[in-house]
Amino acid sequence: MEITSTLFAAKAIYIGLIFAITLGVAAYSTYGERIVAAWMQDRVGPDRAGPFGIFQPLADAVKMFMKEDFIPANSSKWLFIAWPCLSMLTALLTSAVVPFGDKLDLGGGIEMDLQGIDVNIGILWVFGIVSLGVYGILVGGWASNNKYSLLGAIRAASQNISYELAMGLSIIAILMMTGSLSTKVIVETQQNGAGFLSWNIWSQPIGFVIFIVCAFAECNRTPFDLPECETELIGGYHTEYSSMKLGFYLFSEYINMFVSGAVMATLYFGGYDYPFNEVVEAQFGQNIAALVGVGALMGKALFFVFVFMWVRWTLPRFRYDQLMNLGWTGLIPISMFNVVWTGLSILIPTTFNLPAWASIVVSWSGIGVLLIGLIIYHGATSKKKTVALAH
Amino acid sequence: MNYQPSDYLPIIVQLGAALAFIVLTMVATHWLGPKRHSSKKDDVFECGIESIGDARTPISVKYFLVAILFVLFDVEIVFMYPWAVNFKELAWDGFVEMVVFMSFLLLGFIYVIKKGVLKWEK
Amino acid sequence: MIQLVFIAFALLSVVSALVVLLTNNVLYAAFSLLVTFLGMAGLYVIVGADFLGVAQILVYIGGILVLLIFGVMLTNQKGTKSQGRNDILTENTNRVIGLVVAAGMFGLLYFVFSKGHFAEVQASLFTDTPLKATTQTIGLQLMTDFVLPFEVSGVLLMAALLGAAYLSTKQK
Repeated sequence: MEITSTLFAAKAIYIGLIFAITLGVAAYSTYGERIVAAWMQDRVGPDRAGPFGIFQPLADAVKMFMKEDFIPANSSKWLFIAWPCLSMLTALLTSAVVPFGDKLDLGGGIEMDLQGIDVNIGILWVFGIVSLGVYGILVGGWASNNKYSLLGAIRAASQNISYELAMGLSIIAILMMTGSLSTKVIVETQQNGAGFLSWNIWSQPIGFVIFIVCAFAECNRTPFDLPECETELIGGYHTEYSSMKLGFYLFSEYINMFVSGAVMATLYFGGYDYPFNEVVEAQFGQNIAALVGVGALMGKALFFVFVFMWVRWTLPRFRYDQLMNLGWTGLIPISMFNVVWTGLSILIPTTFNLPAWASIVVSWSGIGVLLIGLIIYHGATSKKKTVALAH
Repeated sequence: MNYQPSDYLPIIVQLGAALAFIVLTMVATHWLGPKRHSSKKDDVFECGIESIGDARTPISVKYFLVAILFVLFDVEIVFMYPWAVNFKELAWDGFVEMVVFMSFLLLGFIYVIKKGVLKWEK
Repeated sequence: MIQLVFIAFALLSVVSALVVLLTNNVLYAAFSLLVTFLGMAGLYVIVGADFLGVAQILVYIGGILVLLIFGVMLTNQKGTKSQGRNDILTENTNRVIGLVVAAGMFGLLYFVFSKGHFAEVQASLFTDTPLKATTQTIGLQLMTDFVLPFEVSGVLLMAALLGAAYLSTKQK
């Protein structure tokens, strides 16, 4: 695709819009978090700032700005300032490859993808930025020269890198089906066929479960919020941070939640695809259909943001050894199994000329095989334990 | 489909917007907030008591081992991406080759688990 | 335009690499290494090897540099602290041996690079020249022509895993 100056200007406006929407959604996620928490705990929640408390995020922002910008005497000053900024920067850059909508007709034969950059490496861009984001917490905590921060930072770094592996492996199964790293192509392959029945979730149930667990761990959300676990580490890696430096850490968490929701929607729930989009396109034209698509993606992403909040008040926090065991001895072997099984579910129907639904049958039977394997494994290990106890 | 380096150009806009937002916010918060210094207050927080020593103590070797294992598995996964993209063309040949590759790693992984490297309770 | 971007990334990597060499503070060295890796990834993207660029970020920045920083944090830092700021400092020793190693390394790299056949870099960023999607090409080549090196690297990774597990449990 040739980039002309008109298209570039349109892209710039689009990126500015997405930027504003991301920040707005993140700001109102803080409000949403409190409302959801209040609802789940049968409380009223924020209701003072404006009707239903809808100006609460603004009040929070003003408070954050007016707080003292505290820097501990013993800290490494420049690292202490720079690394919350890096955390925020990585959070803001991830959304570039997420396709928020289909092509928009700008008139004059110019069509623009509603996507920051459509590049060959596509989804790997997200992983690259996420692996850079580890440093924001690791070094930010180290630089404050506080023992609690150090513990939180190291916990966070090793948790993030551990769950990155299973996340990468669960993506591979998607890539095997679509044959491209480009997020745009991943969405387009889910579009053809019978509405939402061709979304990847139907053929990748195990992969989706692994991905959403890893997304929770990567965002440091409950039940994986050990890096900032109040009962043990006070504030964890951000104990020493105040004013907008703390704001950046908290804000980047909410942006990450929103973006990971959008990524999950793109990979497993058809992205901007929605049922009967051909009908809408025929009735109201390309632009309206594309904008409805943007709405569909936003809806899916916000639903995942809600799931993040829901789980926070449902599940207790893991212990650190449980967390590491789940990541290494649980999710990594299961995601490897998922890769192999996905390979079989693609190859068996093509070699024996079976109809298309056979591949879905094979991929769902994977859950059964996995469960039987886990039961046998569990039986073998628990028998060993009782023998060891008897001696 | 053709891809070229100019596909990455719009990212400069996003990077610029993000940097501008971050720098402005940092300057604003530094300028707006009050500044009160004292030797006690500038200490790091340790639940109210005077802070002892600093946080430059050695950490557990477990974390280092996790990082080593991560690098090895990350290399494996990076090898898998180009294979997964071509999965349908390579079909059974590629599948068998990758299963052999993965089983090497899995053997090593089983050894690591049996050795108890990843046991955090100890 | 592309020349400007190229020069910017090249300067970024060279300057940060010099900081790695010249600074006494181990952690500052580690962070400038981060910038060097980023600059290299940018250079890879400019010459059309975007998969290599992202692999560089995933493996080197995401893995090896975290390992390095953990390694720095793991070491006992008593006696190397400067007053007040708690930075970890090192001293430059063995300069002669260092120079000899550097010269040898330069010679080796020069020899390897002079043997290579580099494709011509795109003249202009804005012309629509077809460029093969690198990931697809790498995958096909890896699985057909270079299958033996690929499997050997699998064995190598397994050996590294076994070695790490063996060494870490031996000390106890």
